[in-house]
Amino acid sequence: MSLLTALRRHGVAKHAALIAAAAIVVVPVVWVVAAGFRTQISLLMGAFWFTPVLASFNEVLFSKTSDFLVNYRNSLVVGLTSTALCLMVATLAAWSLHRMRWPTWVVHVFLGWALVFHMMPPIALASAWFTMARAVGLDSTLLSLVLAHTVLNLPMALWLMGVYVRDVPIELEEAARIDGASTPTLLWRIVLPIIAPGLAAAAVLSFVFSWNEFAVALNLTVKATATVPVAIAKFAQEYEIRYTQMAASAALSILPALILLLFAQRYIVKGLTQGAVK
Amino acid sequence: MTVVVSPSADAASFKRARRTGNARRRCHHGDDVVWRWAIFSPALLLMLALSVLPLANLVFTSFYDVTWAQGQAIWTPRGFANYAALPGDALLRAGLVNTLIFAAGAVAGQMLMGFVLALLCSRVTRGQVFYRTLFILPILIPGIVVGAIWKLMFNYDFGLLNQAIGLLGFAAQNWLGTQQTALASVILVDIWHWTPFCFLLFLAGIESLPQDIYEAAEIDGASLWQELRYVTLPLMLPTIMVTFAFRLMVAFKVFDEVYLLTGGGPGTATEVLSFTIYQRFFTENRLGYGAAMSVMVIFLVSILLVTGLSVRRRAAVVA
Repeated sequence: MSLLTALRRHGVAKHAALIAAAAIVVVPVVWVVAAGFRTQISLLMGAFWFTPVLASFNEVLFSKTSDFLVNYRNSLVVGLTSTALCLMVATLAAWSLHRMRWPTWVVHVFLGWALVFHMMPPIALASAWFTMARAVGLDSTLLSLVLAHTVLNLPMALWLMGVYVRDVPIELEEAARIDGASTPTLLWRIVLPIIAPGLAAAAVLSFVFSWNEFAVALNLTVKATATVPVAIAKFAQEYEIRYTQMAASAALSILPALILLLFAQRYIVKGLTQGAVK
Repeated sequence: MTVVVSPSADAASFKRARRTGNARRRCHHGDDVVWRWAIFSPALLLMLALSVLPLANLVFTSFYDVTWAQGQAIWTPRGFANYAALPGDALLRAGLVNTLIFAAGAVAGQMLMGFVLALLCSRVTRGQVFYRTLFILPILIPGIVVGAIWKLMFNYDFGLLNQAIGLLGFAAQNWLGTQQTALASVILVDIWHWTPFCFLLFLAGIESLPQDIYEAAEIDGASLWQELRYVTLPLMLPTIMVTFAFRLMVAFKVFDEVYLLTGGGPGTATEVLSFTIYQRFFTENRLGYGAAMSVMVIFLVSILLVTGLSVRRRAAVVA
């Protein structure tokens, strides 16, 4: 067996191409995280080797002029609250729409509108949300952003939960009805356990999208309610860009994503590919 | 980010269910009208209050000029003047053209690369989970952080890109600050950001294909190319179409990366629609004009959606 066929048998060329692609994906992230551990001078000099220092992280997290911990808390509050709200609303609506004999046009119009809404640039709506929030005195509160993120993720959750709700065997629901289960009991005891994996997938996605969302957060928040992406954008806009601090805050901001990638990857993949393949 | 496919699919299965008599069997639920409304109404109210009402608000505002005096808004009726001013807006025109170039370039690039990588990954026996884990990373990173990462990568003095081409003997480039390279650089960043997403959908699609067809193709002596051209591609067409529609939709809304990387510049080289709306509405505080622009963009997007859906339906009829 020649060397060439041996290489081919083990798919060496395929692995080489895949590893090169993986490197292109990973190297920029690692390089920027590393930049967070540099001094500004070491970064500007472009030296390959450097002694890691925690100065930038210290500055970002604990300096008096930095609000990063507040931003982090805001992002967590908005992400968790809007995710909980969105899942509750979407799951109930999905079950009602798909399993409670609505006239066809109701299902049609509602889901169709959700799709159109999903396509609109959020920035176009942010202006109207901003005006409305001010009209009811909700401007510069976290609640306005929570509501905005809830409705932004609603089409995704409606779609995803719709897929799972329709997979619940109708015989099971009927059996529960015959045994005298009321609608809340049926939902809580029968439907919920079956659609739990779907809920997990929708929850992970909804949280990630809320955590990442910038255009709306930029315009609905003030200094005290700013979220992490808004704070990071500030670093880049100041007259003298503080590169290492921007890198450090970028590194801190992807921590939740890394945790989810390690522990909830199954649900991320399921959530993202559901519907495209089915 | 999940792919939302046409609601007509749901409606179709719904109709089928009714026809096959499921409806009669479901009448237990149907009788429960109070509960039916009770659990649907939160979603309905949320949608009405936060999508229908804002849209109405935008349409209303677009017929006015809103100015501020002593903290009071002064509304001056303008009729269709705001809309009439749109075609003459050079910034808007640049935004429209750049958005189209951006969407076409980025979506084509990431779908092609995503497909090739998915094909390669489906053919290796080991390390699939490893590659998939690494490739998911960019999907989870906030757009603004992707912008921050590449602002550092593209930096003239110390960016990794200039260091790398320096090693190869090329002169350093001002990637984001030059008219000719700015938009291409932003497209490149978007390809980096979203190729993994296409990869993920395509890989799932390829792995759900029936294996016996490949065995049949092999028995018939099909070459790798023939297998790809006559088996994989046709079978993958639905997944490809959905991915394409979805990516196009999101590319049309691009804002975060542009905001951080270039702010629309140099000049109007990277001006995109979302950014134009942002500038007119929030930076220049022209509420009425910004609203008219938003309404126009939403209208364009709806047309795109409707044609997309009707093309899909026609394609479904042909197939």
